[in-house]
Amino acid sequence: MREHLPILLVVLPMLAAPICSMLPRGRQAWLLATAVSWAVLAIAASLLIRVHAEGTISYALGGWPAPIGIEYRLDGLNALVQVLVAAIAACVLPFSGRSVQDEIDADRQPGFFALLLLLITGLLGIVATGDVFNVFVFLEISSLATYGLIAFGRDRRALLAAYRYLVLGSIGATLYLIGIGLLYALTGTLNMQDLAARLPAVADTRTAQTAITLVMVGLGIKMALFPLHLWLPNAYRFAPSAISAFLPATATKVAIYLMLRFVFDIFGVGFAFGRLELNEVLLALAAAAMLSASLAAMQQRDVKGILAYSSVAQVGYIVLGAALATPIGLTASLLHLFNHALMKGALFMAMGCVMLRVGRTDLDAIRGLGRRMPWTAAAFVVAGLSLIGVPLTAGFISKWYLVLAALEAGWWPLVILILVASLMALIYVWRVVALAYFAPNESQRREEAPLSMLVPLWLLVLANIWFGIDTRLSVAMAESGMRVLMAGPP
Amino acid sequence: MSWLAHFNYWAVIVVMMTGLYMAIAQSDLMRKLIGITLLQTAVFFLYISFGFVRNAQVPILTEGAERYSNPLPHVLILTAIVVGVATTALGLALVVRIRERYGSIDEAELASLADEVEDLEPHHDFDDQDEHP
Repeated sequence: MREHLPILLVVLPMLAAPICSMLPRGRQAWLLATAVSWAVLAIAASLLIRVHAEGTISYALGGWPAPIGIEYRLDGLNALVQVLVAAIAACVLPFSGRSVQDEIDADRQPGFFALLLLLITGLLGIVATGDVFNVFVFLEISSLATYGLIAFGRDRRALLAAYRYLVLGSIGATLYLIGIGLLYALTGTLNMQDLAARLPAVADTRTAQTAITLVMVGLGIKMALFPLHLWLPNAYRFAPSAISAFLPATATKVAIYLMLRFVFDIFGVGFAFGRLELNEVLLALAAAAMLSASLAAMQQRDVKGILAYSSVAQVGYIVLGAALATPIGLTASLLHLFNHALMKGALFMAMGCVMLRVGRTDLDAIRGLGRRMPWTAAAFVVAGLSLIGVPLTAGFISKWYLVLAALEAGWWPLVILILVASLMALIYVWRVVALAYFAPNESQRREEAPLSMLVPLWLLVLANIWFGIDTRLSVAMAESGMRVLMAGPP
Repeated sequence: MSWLAHFNYWAVIVVMMTGLYMAIAQSDLMRKLIGITLLQTAVFFLYISFGFVRNAQVPILTEGAERYSNPLPHVLILTAIVVGVATTALGLALVVRIRERYGSIDEAELASLADEVEDLEPHHDFDDQDEHP
């Protein structure tokens, strides 16, 4: 049993998904999905503890040893990302009960939860596997589930958003598929470790360089790296509330994890950043993302739109730290990956509460929210402060590390860039907060969201404060992930 | 090495780029999907031609055969075909739903329709529009 936990983590939600879709009532499907998500979190946490105690876990699927069979390989980095995905899922599912009841027709609810479980399967699978083709399969499982889930949105524009994402996402996945096909043709292997060992001999061919470019562009679409982010804002805006809370905290993070894995562990920094100078491309794109997406966020009239564009900007922060390729830069990057999931999850959850009570999330709906839904509004403020990077919140810690990394690398302009982008975050968060607390609203009734939504929301908000004050755990985890990456290819 | 020695790759590139161009340039949602399918099919061809070995047998154990084609790309592509079918099916389903709710599947028209709605209709009134014949 114990040695099979790495595969159980992925199989459990996969098996629960068809059962979920066959259940007659949405309520039962929700209970099953919630129970599964908690079990998954328990397994993921136990695996993380085991990785820290005993070192890397390698699991051979079906008993076939590594280069021939598919290998699941858990180290300090992906065990952490798994816990992140599982924890967000375990928070979002209890939260989703009421909001799904409100937003989705009763007969379609079991299907909704089945897709959500498949999405979790896909994300956990991408993170766990050590086989690049297996990554493609899980990438498509998670993507297909995502397209379906976005299309569940009440607004008919959700359908268009899902379709656009389907077209762009399929192109991204296909580019990735071509890339790994070329790598296989060159090296004859699909196992990540094996690939890393065999690549240096053939690295100086045009085929290898083309393959790397294709893989990076494909992943760039999946992680919404500027200028490949066009699918994201509408997808997050029109998706059902539970999905807009789940996706920004997990899906783009998993894609970023995958990029880090490819650059540092498979291609190797010396080749990807030294020889091909991909870091300069990534730095430029990250800087452009931070500025342009923050600007776009300031102009949005819908709060979910503001948060969606802000997510694009935050991807910029994470890529920025990684592109510096220094230990502290990578630590900052991983910290922000983790912290941003906490804050964006909380912010979108707060919007889910507003959606339930007010029925809209545009700026007008926010008017007087401080009085109407005090707990929701307060949660938005705290998570918003974390997004800006105010001290004593998680966002401050990751931005602090990022600034340190930029200073250490001697990149003064980057420090200014980080500060400017944070100021812009202050502006777009303030627009919402000012309306919530200082704008008059004729209806002053108090109608707070139900506890089943407030408790998960505040769990994430408190996590934001906790990891802003006691940084030992998060920094230690990020550093152990960083060491895996800095160690480079075997 | 003449150009023709790699004619399989040339064919793949032509199909691939046709598909990609269609997916980007066509404004009809159906044609976009056809483009995506072409793009994916081109990748299937690419993989299959990687697996080809000159003067080799089909990869089934038989007496007297010494060289086999590489079966792995075929297996991988079987998986990719399943994924491709799922993507196409989901895409088509979305197009049907878009047609039901907007009455159009032309991207330019849809963009103007989407803007119109933003001010006219409140968000929760859409549910009863689903039951068009």
